[in-house]
Amino acid sequence: MNEAVQPAAHLRLVSDRAGDASGINLSGVSKTYRTRDGDVPSLRPLDFHINDGEFFVVVGPSGCGKSTLLKLISGLLPPTTGEILVEGEKVTTPHGNVGIVFQNALLLPWRNILNNVMLPIDMKRLARDKYLARAKELLKLVGLEGFEKKLPWQLSGGMQQRASICRALVHDPKIMLMDEPFGALDALTRERMNVELMRIQRETKKTVLLITHSIPEAVFLADRVLVMTERPGAVAAIYDVPLPRPRSLDVMADPVFTELVQRIRKHFFSQGALD
Amino acid sequence: MAEPKPQGAVSKMLNAAWVRPFLFLVFIVVAWDLSIRLFKIPAYQIPSPADVVAVLRTEWPELLRQSWPTTYATVCGFLLSALFGIPVAMLIAGSKTVESYVYPLLVFSQSVPKIAIAPLFVVWFGFGIIPKVISAFLLGFFPVVVSAVQGFKSVDPDMVDLARAMQGSRFQVFRTVNLPHALPAIFSGLKVSVTLAVVGAVVGEFVGSNSGIGYVMQRSIGTFDLPTMFAALVILALLGVILFWMVDRIEKLVIPWHVSQREDVIFAS
Repeated sequence: MNEAVQPAAHLRLVSDRAGDASGINLSGVSKTYRTRDGDVPSLRPLDFHINDGEFFVVVGPSGCGKSTLLKLISGLLPPTTGEILVEGEKVTTPHGNVGIVFQNALLLPWRNILNNVMLPIDMKRLARDKYLARAKELLKLVGLEGFEKKLPWQLSGGMQQRASICRALVHDPKIMLMDEPFGALDALTRERMNVELMRIQRETKKTVLLITHSIPEAVFLADRVLVMTERPGAVAAIYDVPLPRPRSLDVMADPVFTELVQRIRKHFFSQGALD
Repeated sequence: MAEPKPQGAVSKMLNAAWVRPFLFLVFIVVAWDLSIRLFKIPAYQIPSPADVVAVLRTEWPELLRQSWPTTYATVCGFLLSALFGIPVAMLIAGSKTVESYVYPLLVFSQSVPKIAIAPLFVVWFGFGIIPKVISAFLLGFFPVVVSAVQGFKSVDPDMVDLARAMQGSRFQVFRTVNLPHALPAIFSGLKVSVTLAVVGAVVGEFVGSNSGIGYVMQRSIGTFDLPTMFAALVILALLGVILFWMVDRIEKLVIPWHVSQREDVIFAS
């Protein structure tokens, strides 16, 4: 890092406050996969805190263990060391307080859109009729009203991904985990989805942890951006994004925005290429 | 589906699913008849279609009577192969340990010619229906297992993770995600299996039986009664087609959502 020049306010690294009970807290969390060819370290010990209602974005080169991070927080994988607290509770098994959105919409082709959105309710054996109205409301929120009875293949990729966002929200979890949610969409749809996601997050006030390859996407969406190093992944830096909300796509021309993008990009050039 | 413009009666008839294969069949029969006349093939080598039809007409009650044991053995063998094949596939797909122990042996067992061991079942179970059922089962079992294993394994691991993160129990995840996902593959295995089960039942009848279409074939070849043998072949082919069609109909009912079953594409913009 260039020490000679005093960085502007938005380019300072953010030091984490000691976490309170709300939000997500990781302390000393690392992950090593045991394979037949020996141990493969995926994540070096991570310490950070995601605040309640925060839009937290992780960028990093591919294979840096971003997806592992997501599985750890959702409780699908146990960490090798350290502990993860979600709302003050230690995560050991799937806790259901998360909604997950993957790169592919992963809708079940035999269920119509409404029933796909209702999948978490069925899995958790909650009362269907209580959540039916909420599911329809969510579909309306993402502009899929009237598509409830359609099968997934009858919808475009962007619409399918919107349905999968509804599915992640239907059981009203505190946290939404998104693993490159718009990576499979074309650039135009992707920008639209970003604006829409920001609106959804504002309206539902969820804590969002989003993983992406795209630095502009990260800065555009985030309250804070975590930059990861190459495998085994570690925290390279965490940046505050002081851009006012609500943001429109015009914010991408803002000098603060461009400067941040450039600053984050430098991390990857010093490490090697970002692919 | 509404047709935008009225069509002629002929082209409409051509569009019915059964007409084209039927036309092709007629073509084959005509070619068969012509080549017999043209190359002067004697009747003891290949009977003419007319002779076969004549046998089908006169021997109809007997052929029908003999086709019941074959049908029965085929259906029993097929149902058994589905009943055992799908759970075995679940175990193989679900556990690496089971797979490493069972799968290679299963493949190995397939290289044992069933016809060679069929007499063994007659020694063990006599001349009744059981050797035929076992023979049909042995032929039908393998394709079900192979396709179902492939079906169970092709589930997107992210989808399973997603369901697990929703706190679904193992069984729930299996029932809502893995099983429906594997159904198209299972059905393609069942379709292969049902036609092979017919072959299996006939093999069982060849080696030791006093009833069934296989027995009729065996007997008629012994007396050089080729028209009867060909008539029996026609019955067997019909049996295979009907059973295949039935599995196909069931598939359409069970997995109407699958790509292969989509008849008209409605695109929502």
